Amino acid sequence: MDGSRMTLPPRDTLAAIAATRFGLGARPGEIARITADPQGWLRAQVRPEAVPTPLNPVGLPFPDSRARLVDFAAFKAAEKAAGADTDRRRSSGEMFRQGIAAELLGRTSIATTTNAPFAERWALFWSNHFTVSTRKSQELDALAASFEREAIRPHVFGRFETLLIASSRHPAMILYLDQQSSIGPNSKAGLRRTAGLNENLAREIMELHTLGVSAGYTQADVTEFARVLTGWSVGRREQPGETAGGFMYRPNLHEPGTRTVFGQTYPPGDEDQALRVLADLAASGKTATHLATKLATHFVSDTPDPRLVRRLASAYHDSRGDLSVVARTLIEAPEAWTDTAAKVKTPYELLVSAYRAVDQAPRDYGREVNGPLNLLGQRPLSAPQPNGWSDRATDWAAPDALVKRLQWAQGFAASYANQVDPVQLATDALGSRLRPLTLATLQHAESRKEALAVLLMSPEFQRR
Amino acid sequence: MTHALSRRATLRLGFGLGLGVTFLGTTALAADARSPRLVVIICRGAMDGLSVSPPLHDPAYAALRGAIAIPPDKALPLDGDFGLHPKLVNIQRLALAGQARIAPAVAWPVHIRSHFEAQDLLESGADKLYGTQTGWLNRTVQALSEDRAARAIAVAPQAPLILQGPAAYDTWSPGAPFNPAGSRLAGILQDLYQPDPLLGPAFAAGLAVEHEAMALNANAPALKANDARDFATAAARFLAAPGGPAIAVISLDGFDTHANQGAADGQLANRLSGLDDVVAGLEKGLGPDWAQTAVVVATEFGRTAHVNGTGGTDHGTASTLIVAGGALKAGGLLGDWPGLGQGQLFENRDTAPTLDMRRVFKTLIVEHLGVDRRLADTRVFPDSRDAGLISGLV
Repeated sequence: MDGSRMTLPPRDTLAAIAATRFGLGARPGEIARITADPQGWLRAQVRPEAVPTPLNPVGLPFPDSRARLVDFAAFKAAEKAAGADTDRRRSSGEMFRQGIAAELLGRTSIATTTNAPFAERWALFWSNHFTVSTRKSQELDALAASFEREAIRPHVFGRFETLLIASSRHPAMILYLDQQSSIGPNSKAGLRRTAGLNENLAREIMELHTLGVSAGYTQADVTEFARVLTGWSVGRREQPGETAGGFMYRPNLHEPGTRTVFGQTYPPGDEDQALRVLADLAASGKTATHLATKLATHFVSDTPDPRLVRRLASAYHDSRGDLSVVARTLIEAPEAWTDTAAKVKTPYELLVSAYRAVDQAPRDYGREVNGPLNLLGQRPLSAPQPNGWSDRATDWAAPDALVKRLQWAQGFAASYANQVDPVQLATDALGSRLRPLTLATLQHAESRKEALAVLLMSPEFQRR
Repeated sequence: MTHALSRRATLRLGFGLGLGVTFLGTTALAADARSPRLVVIICRGAMDGLSVSPPLHDPAYAALRGAIAIPPDKALPLDGDFGLHPKLVNIQRLALAGQARIAPAVAWPVHIRSHFEAQDLLESGADKLYGTQTGWLNRTVQALSEDRAARAIAVAPQAPLILQGPAAYDTWSPGAPFNPAGSRLAGILQDLYQPDPLLGPAFAAGLAVEHEAMALNANAPALKANDARDFATAAARFLAAPGGPAIAVISLDGFDTHANQGAADGQLANRLSGLDDVVAGLEKGLGPDWAQTAVVVATEFGRTAHVNGTGGTDHGTASTLIVAGGALKAGGLLGDWPGLGQGQLFENRDTAPTLDMRRVFKTLIVEHLGVDRRLADTRVFPDSRDAGLISGLV
């Protein structure tokens, strides 16, 4: 702790903040259960096992990325074979689409039912940090969920470098940022034909994933890093040395030679040259500050207290990028516990917290999750651009967005209000954050349905 | 503020007092049929200017572009030097009628190759990074509000940065119909939202705009969610309505064509076809008001002049900007063509800028919307006195 020690709010307020700001919204009984030690409850979630892998309804794992790509290829082949037969064309993709929807429903169910909601929020933060979006192509529809499952979830409480490498080498990221056929001009393949670099992945790793845009790197650094990354690709066929849908290093595409990226020199090194650059990018103080700023913005405020950013950046630096240390530092930081709820929930956070409030999980992905989130402007895993979903309150608190939330809340309340006591529910969901005015409004509602809709739409439920 | 209470403000007041909105609707101000409209279409991801308006007679074009060059026999004729992408049929029709013009080498004065920073500049209007946190259309509304009521709307659930700021703004997007005046819940929530400085005004604006949309869409074909073409129709309905907004924003994405961008057909062609439909939809939907409308299509930066190793293009500098609308004066290219030859490319890789994007925007807000020139130079586009107006545009 630094000299400017801040006083923390009372313990019941801490519990409400722990469940809503750090967690994903309280389930019935959660706030009461954690009031004795809200920070201890959060600290106990900082372990890899608290970030589960989505499972299908009978508890089995979903297909890995390679299998997803094989399924996708089969679906495209069937679609092609169907020719002008539109019914057959449509049905050819049905199995494939159902498989993806089942995984996204499983993912939502984790969020709505987990007892470690801070761990899940932490994983969702990193999933958005390393955005892979289904908007790019149908192929990425097949891979976005398995990318999160394989490259993000297992590593969010490990070292950032491990997470960065897992993301950068994953076929989904390679395809999303067009790395698969970037060709070194002086590589064997480059000398044979007119072909060249694609700098998309190199730029976004530096700008979005590590250093941050104002770190001071130049176009020359981006181009050099793109040269380093040449050869990192995706296997397309099953044959010796190649796995369809797996990471594949293609030496024929790699630009030979010594490279200089952001002031560091890298001797020739084939596939491993890029690993060394990624390690240095992960270790940079610029990366520490960039990640610390994003975390503080996500958890606390669009304009986070600089002391909080410094605390998180130091924790990152001193632990050599150990994300569990950074998470614990966030939990300990007094600036993270201000009793102003400065953040507005994203649509996904709103939906998840509503299901948690009524202690339910969605059952129909299309009707209960995808449809509503599409209208609310946040279809899962489909951010419009590689910088992911916005983390600014002002971007979500827009006129039409709030009306769409109201319409959704009415429908949700119609489905779930019969089983609940709204006043108890509101107290359970918000604890001491529930305002007297909202409570009075709930008590005077004309029906359970109206009361539940009022709770979900109340500013304190919309904020965290 | 001394101007008369706008219909908008009246509606908000009505909500605040718990009054039914239906009778307040009768106080709507008479629409000025000749009032100017502005539509800003932001193409996110860096739209490739060399495909939008291929410089067919630039001797370097075909070689730089290889397989992604737009073939001269496929390009739509525009003038002696430039063609238009084959999918831009409506924009070409407008151009030949003197209602669309291109600026083939436009850029922001600060040259950066990050999409997100460059979009921040284009939307904030700032002359330096992180210069301001509000959007230039919001400041345009503020400037106009000094002598008349002015409104702006984004056709989307969320507001893009270009619209954000202290002046009230609206957003609207297609969805299930909703009647706020008939909603008990909406009335109840008003009191709960009132103290919230961020959610309160947004919620009140949302109800008011929904009320307006209900009337506009009552006897018109239903609009699909997430279809850019229907977003254009929605924008046109608002802009054409009596007392409606004078300014609308539409965002299109998917222009970041690093790989397999295609030429006459393909990935980029599909995006451009959508853009062309949006412009045509505005023209159709605005009907007689198209004559008072200016549309500007802008992107954060252009793409590399060379095709890259993967049949696409990387982040560049200048790109093509399109202006269209019945309010335009006929004329040729806006700005000069820098050429793509040896020594002509910016940093030996990109189309070099010849025109400051702010000059186009500023001309439209000053000469078309009537923003005070001094405010345009200092507040809407801070420190932009050097970026002068373009004569003969509107």
